[in-house]
Amino acid sequence: MWSYFCKRLGLSVVIVLCALLALFLLLHLIPGDPVKIALGTRATPEAIARYAEKMHVHEPIYYQFWIYFTQVLSGDLGADVFSNRSVTTIVLEALPSTLILAAVSLFWAALIGIPLGCLSAVRPNSWFDRLTGVLSVATIAIPSFLVSIWSLLVFAVMLKWLPVIGAGDPGDFWDQVSHLILPAFAVGLGWVGYLARMVRASMLEVMNENYIRAARAFGLRERTIVFRYALKVAILPTITLIGIGFSGLLSGTVFAEIIFTRPGVGKLIYDMVMNRNFPVVQGAVLVTTAVYVLITLCADLVVAWLDPRVRDSL
Amino acid sequence: MFATRSDSPTVPARDSSSESWVKLRRLLGNWQGMTGLVLVILFFASALFAPVFATHDPNALDIPARLSGPSLAHFAGTDQLGRDTYSRVLYGGRVALQVAAIGISVSLAFGLLLGMLAGYGPRWLDNALLLFFDVIRSFPTIVMALAAVALLGPSLNLILAIVIVTTIPGYARLVRTSTMALKNTEFILAERALGAGFGRILWRHITPNVIGPMFILAAMDVPVVVTVEAGLSFLGLGVLPPTASWGSILNEGYLLIRETPWPIIAGGIPLVLTTLGFTFLGEALRDIFDPRLGKGR
Repeated sequence: MWSYFCKRLGLSVVIVLCALLALFLLLHLIPGDPVKIALGTRATPEAIARYAEKMHVHEPIYYQFWIYFTQVLSGDLGADVFSNRSVTTIVLEALPSTLILAAVSLFWAALIGIPLGCLSAVRPNSWFDRLTGVLSVATIAIPSFLVSIWSLLVFAVMLKWLPVIGAGDPGDFWDQVSHLILPAFAVGLGWVGYLARMVRASMLEVMNENYIRAARAFGLRERTIVFRYALKVAILPTITLIGIGFSGLLSGTVFAEIIFTRPGVGKLIYDMVMNRNFPVVQGAVLVTTAVYVLITLCADLVVAWLDPRVRDSL
Repeated sequence: MFATRSDSPTVPARDSSSESWVKLRRLLGNWQGMTGLVLVILFFASALFAPVFATHDPNALDIPARLSGPSLAHFAGTDQLGRDTYSRVLYGGRVALQVAAIGISVSLAFGLLLGMLAGYGPRWLDNALLLFFDVIRSFPTIVMALAAVALLGPSLNLILAIVIVTTIPGYARLVRTSTMALKNTEFILAERALGAGFGRILWRHITPNVIGPMFILAAMDVPVVVTVEAGLSFLGLGVLPPTASWGSILNEGYLLIRETPWPIIAGGIPLVLTTLGFTFLGEALRDIFDPRLGKGR
């Protein structure tokens, strides 16, 4: 377990370092003056001077990277070109909203997807199983940003059941919930299918195991066997899937946030791309990657802890 | 696998043509596979023959007829500049096809090469490449794409680059696994004993054995690639106006969502049909030719 933990942690660190290097090199490999590219044409001379001084742009490039690296390590992600606010603060303000959206989406998807997968696996090839199969493929195949746009069109613009844009009044809990429904629906829909398929596949495998046959021979109730014995083991690959697929979920939240003009990291990155405010983009992308890597790491460690076979595979 | 290898001494020669026929008939008999095939053919035909099927020039303006609903003159209505949405959707399919075809072929080639190097080459190279694949797979794609666009500006080439880099690891891992399984089989060892070189073994003996599953994986990657293109174009970070793409049609429709629903409906339907078509076809092919492929992706 310990060596697996070290290897896995090492890999995560390498990945974040690569992201750091990529974001740094991206700016310096493009022909032209890095300061002008990073700050865009609308930056004031003061902002340019401030940035040039902070990033030591007249020093050799490896030294600049070292400066950037140490700044990031100390939690300093630079400053907004226009307002000079700390990027760290801006990103940390936007992060909770995105994490809530991702968590709620995943939660409702799991609440529906896992039982669907279980029930399909209990009666393979029944009409219920076939229907679930087709629906799973369909929900996986339809791009989540299209679900966002179409649900916005149908439920917010045409039927006017739910609010169109924003995250709701910060003090009003129910207003916030009503603003969360459509984005969470759009982001989570694909996951219902993923989870249903994954759980079905691993349940089918587990249901053939000897210990399930033993449980049957003991005359335990089918429901107890399925939910208490089989699902417990069958859920393991699903946990990894949730970890690995968090990237997809993040992309989904990016689009949902932009389409529903909901504050969050995705919306922040998009707005800053449009405003050519690269320091904020750089910081926000780095934080997103770090969060993503951390969640994948946690998922993998949980699985390794639960399933000894995984530990030997890395 | 698509066909049996007659040059492999471990596999007895079989009548491969009749076997393929059986599999093809299984594909056509399976309603998912059949639906997928029809949708995929529709996608190729509408994109290739867009000029034939289009009723208008996709970029021709007709301001007086702007924002009209579906009619005999404009099958899917018109946008804010009076351009015919139906014709724009047809031409948008060409962008999707272009990105999918170029992106996936380049990615297949690189994936094949890197996967064989990792599987057949020295241990350190294998570890280095695996780390590289893991790193790429661990990046949130869309977020990194946004960062790249922020600096380089939107272009079709950038979309292609993003698509290629993010899909390589999938193919490379598949090829690596098959190569490792094959490299100590008797027919490869025999070939080596006969003095065959590195290149000959990889090209003549390993490639034919991994190419089938790779094509199935490619079919299943088309929806991902088409979605990335449409998504970035939707954000205004892909193809540049006035070029029609499904994403840019959706974007224009999104801005007009309170005026007219038609561009959003017309721009989204082909996207859904294409992603569904390739997914259905890919899954049917996988189930028939290579059921093991579903895992470890």
